[in-house]
Amino acid sequence: MCALCGVLGGVEHWTDAVARPGVFTRNTDAVSRRRERTKRVVAANRVLAHYRMNLADWQGSAFVLSSATGKTEIVDNLAHLWIAAERLLGRPCDPLDGDLIALMERELG
Amino acid sequence: MADPPPDFTPVILITGFLGSGKTTLLQRLLLDPALSDTAVLINEFGEIGLDHHLLERIDETMVMLRSGCVCCTIRGELSAAIKDLYSRRERGLLPPFRRLVIESTGLADPFPILSTVRSDPVLRHHFCLGNVITTVDAVNGAQQLDAQPESVKQIAVADRLVLTKTDLATADAADRLTQRLRHINPGAALWRSAEDDLDANALLSADGDGVERCQPADRRDHTPGDQHRHADDIRTLALSFDEPVDWTGFGIWLTMLLHRHGEALLRVKGILNIAGPETPVAVHGVQHLVHPPRHLNAWPDGDRRSRLVFIARGLDPAVIERSFRAFSSVPYTPMAREG
Repeated sequence: MCALCGVLGGVEHWTDAVARPGVFTRNTDAVSRRRERTKRVVAANRVLAHYRMNLADWQGSAFVLSSATGKTEIVDNLAHLWIAAERLLGRPCDPLDGDLIALMERELG
Repeated sequence: MADPPPDFTPVILITGFLGSGKTTLLQRLLLDPALSDTAVLINEFGEIGLDHHLLERIDETMVMLRSGCVCCTIRGELSAAIKDLYSRRERGLLPPFRRLVIESTGLADPFPILSTVRSDPVLRHHFCLGNVITTVDAVNGAQQLDAQPESVKQIAVADRLVLTKTDLATADAADRLTQRLRHINPGAALWRSAEDDLDANALLSADGDGVERCQPADRRDHTPGDQHRHADDIRTLALSFDEPVDWTGFGIWLTMLLHRHGEALLRVKGILNIAGPETPVAVHGVQHLVHPPRHLNAWPDGDRRSRLVFIARGLDPAVIERSFRAFSSVPYTPMAREG
């Protein structure tokens, strides 16, 4: 279900595409799925650290997003992550923000 | 006996501004015997003879919930019409059509139509998005580009461009418009309807995503002095990346970018050298909508660099490139190196 609008059978997000011929996905078997979720949490936290926020896997079926002040939200997938992050943060999360890019570049070394 | 319909029936969208020749193109295509197994949805009853094809009427009602969530941008009657076609096909009441062509109104934003096919809980299990074919009037196209933002968007999202009425326009005007179309959407193959042989299969079949037509050397972001600068600040960025791309980081980046700037990012397409797999992955998106990534069997040419093309309105291509590199480079952690 789409967590935002309550529509049953919400859209399949492209980062979690169902495995079928010709489609590239890591949503293929239990191990690959869990490995990708773990990597996703690490990658998202690289970005969210800039906003003093944190993402954690929740039972392999959703994610829990937490702010520095303890506010939390459950999010289904990456599409909902940024909507929730902006709501908790009260300002936009912009990947074209020069400060954020500089932070990411420093981490790459 | 005819082949059974494919698991996912491709939906091809024919769009283009008012009077740009959509119906004429459709008429021409439907004369091709190769398209005899094609269902057609048309938004107004046209005058073309569709005796062995299927004609449905769609009114332009759109269901938009207040959340603005893209998955709710569902054009109800379009969805119902496609489901009805599917149902009748499955019950044997219609011939087993292998593709569906939708002709939209000239003023339509193509995005909700694509979103409907991609997002509807039933449709997305039986239909997939095929090419977007956009017709552009060689006589009035330049004026429409200046005055009508919908016209620019229709061109930006196209996989195929058909320049119509080239026999009525001066050669100079047609060439200048062609150049302008190339600036807006360098990845789309372009035909001139009056002179070129319009091969229906080439127009309708999927290809190598057109990224090979957008080499990094062709950076088409416009400078202030560019004589073809668009009034609405459309820019095209073609970038390449030598190092393998971290798929997870790319997913984080593109979802964040589309969330914040989806309205301005008219088109994203590319082939990526993902860290891990040997063969490339094709990505393809229109505004907030990204198609399921496709795993290609082989590189379309010898070039194994990742290539991405963005068509954006009002965004700085240099910043997009810098952001992409910062997010999608494989970081120096053992976990990320596994691919």
